[in-house]
Amino acid sequence: MNFEFTEEQLMIRQAARDYAQRELIVDVLERDEKMIYPARHIKNLAELGFLGMLVDPRYDGGGMDTISYVLAMEEISKVDASVSVIMSVNNSLVCYGIQEYGTEEQKEKYLKPLARGEKIGAFLLSEPEAGSDATSQKTTAEDKGDYYLLNGTKNWITNGNTAGTYLVVAQTHPELRHRGINVFIVDRHSSGISVGPHEDKMGMRSSDTHSVMFNDVKVPKENRIGEDGFGFKFAMKTLEGGRIGIAAQALGIAAGAYERAVQYAKERKAFGTEIANHQAIAFKLADMAVKIENARNLCLKAAWLKDNHKPFGVASAMAKLYAADIAMEVTTEAVQIHGGYGYVKEYHVERLMREAKLTQIYEGTSEIQKIVISRDVLK
Amino acid sequence: MKILVCISNVPDTTTKIVIGTDGKNINTAGIQWIINPWDELALTRALELKDAGKISEVVVANVGTAITEATLRKSLATGADRAIRVNTEPADAWTVTSNLAEVVKNEPFDIILCGIESSDHNGSSVGGLLAGMLDLNLISSVSGLDIENEKLTVQREIDGGKEILETQGPVLLVIQKGIAIVPRIPSMRGIMQARTKPLQIVEATSSESMTETVQVTLPPEKGKCKMIDAENAGEVIRLLREEAKVL
Repeated sequence: MNFEFTEEQLMIRQAARDYAQRELIVDVLERDEKMIYPARHIKNLAELGFLGMLVDPRYDGGGMDTISYVLAMEEISKVDASVSVIMSVNNSLVCYGIQEYGTEEQKEKYLKPLARGEKIGAFLLSEPEAGSDATSQKTTAEDKGDYYLLNGTKNWITNGNTAGTYLVVAQTHPELRHRGINVFIVDRHSSGISVGPHEDKMGMRSSDTHSVMFNDVKVPKENRIGEDGFGFKFAMKTLEGGRIGIAAQALGIAAGAYERAVQYAKERKAFGTEIANHQAIAFKLADMAVKIENARNLCLKAAWLKDNHKPFGVASAMAKLYAADIAMEVTTEAVQIHGGYGYVKEYHVERLMREAKLTQIYEGTSEIQKIVISRDVLK
Repeated sequence: MKILVCISNVPDTTTKIVIGTDGKNINTAGIQWIINPWDELALTRALELKDAGKISEVVVANVGTAITEATLRKSLATGADRAIRVNTEPADAWTVTSNLAEVVKNEPFDIILCGIESSDHNGSSVGGLLAGMLDLNLISSVSGLDIENEKLTVQREIDGGKEILETQGPVLLVIQKGIAIVPRIPSMRGIMQARTKPLQIVEATSSESMTETVQVTLPPEKGKCKMIDAENAGEVIRLLREEAKVL
């Protein structure tokens, strides 16, 4: 079993690390406090090719493997989880979904600008009264012959306002229940779409999250992805891939907090020596190191399975569940190690702790991941 | 115009240096190798000039063993068109330079860029030696380079200010910080295409070195910092006179 990275993977990781440590770090605190969208950074990352990493070069993507994607996501997330969630939604939900299941025409028209990062994608599934219980979603897409008519409200949409291309999940045949759900590529600027205010969130505040309302929005027939009734399966399959991105994000948040805690422990003195020399602190760091190593291995295994066209749904659920849970534990401990300094914004770790919490909730709560895993265990 | 950027492969700047068992070299086990920071800035400026249409080809060259190829491929990933590795241990500046000179003799360049020093040996010799061997004009401490219609405008750092010079190729420029602000990050496309670009390995024409390393040691431990209260100026004077003996 070869646990070494290729030269290309190492270069990709270093490029992501360099951008994060030189550029993102400069204004991350201000953007978090004031909820400022990272427009300049998204443009730079698009130019570097980070927003279409997994897309085939035929469609202007980087043609990279998922392992490279995990490495890049980790490095960006160590510094800025708002930017990495924008990257993750674009790469492993929207681009992935269209590339896997779209027609040639859909890929030409929509995938290429997304892969180049000229347009940003958003994935619209959750609603005010349907999160984990996705099949009880109420947005409708009436079949009107040569177009569909969308009505409803979607909630908690990352890139809700800044996206140019939406993937919208909606019900066409209520009598067929989840088999009557479809997914559509929708132009953000279609008539009838309105967007709620930028949500005032606990963390990842630089990434814009909105409700999106559809009022008689016309969607061309050819914008439906897959067969009639494929939408729910599409959503579940796409989220499986997206899960790896979020697992890598959680890993990065944890690793970023851990690296800061190690540095602080080597510098801060108490009772006559650096606190790293006190076993209470050293043992905390050891525990954190093990958790991060485990999370990383789970992420890389899920990525490897996906790259080798093997079933990866359970592996990605395990990676996301574990990485999110340890991100919460590691960031909390990092704040503790920093003491009073950990409680102020300047030292970053309180922000990382706020960011970690969301990884246990979105793109499938930890509880949903346990359903996926336990169903596999008990089959 | 064709530009050659001479690249040195150095240990990552955060490496904890360990002296080898023979006391004449550092222990290279586990070292992460990177491009010499000055060379990285030189390469960035060369690529900026290429993007602006002033340079047609950027070539990078290194004298070293196979461990330097990752650094060369990163240079290709960042945008260099071609890489050359002369296969030998870079024993000292003379070995490096005499081999680079042979490469250049086979392929004249309009501009050659050499970093002012490498972050490992800090020898500051290669640029000057190379210009001498090739009988090229040399400008040192270059912190700015612009090209217009084959004419080079070069900025260099001097005591108390900056000097602006005009010249034309062929010329060798020894590069100082300021030549570029932020080292270029390779794009994803660049990384994936790096292996499609030529990396030519040439055998060394000379492994003659002019120096012999007698000993390598770590620097002495830094003294501890003594903190003295602001009101206690007398104590500062006493220490400077009686302990540091500088008054």
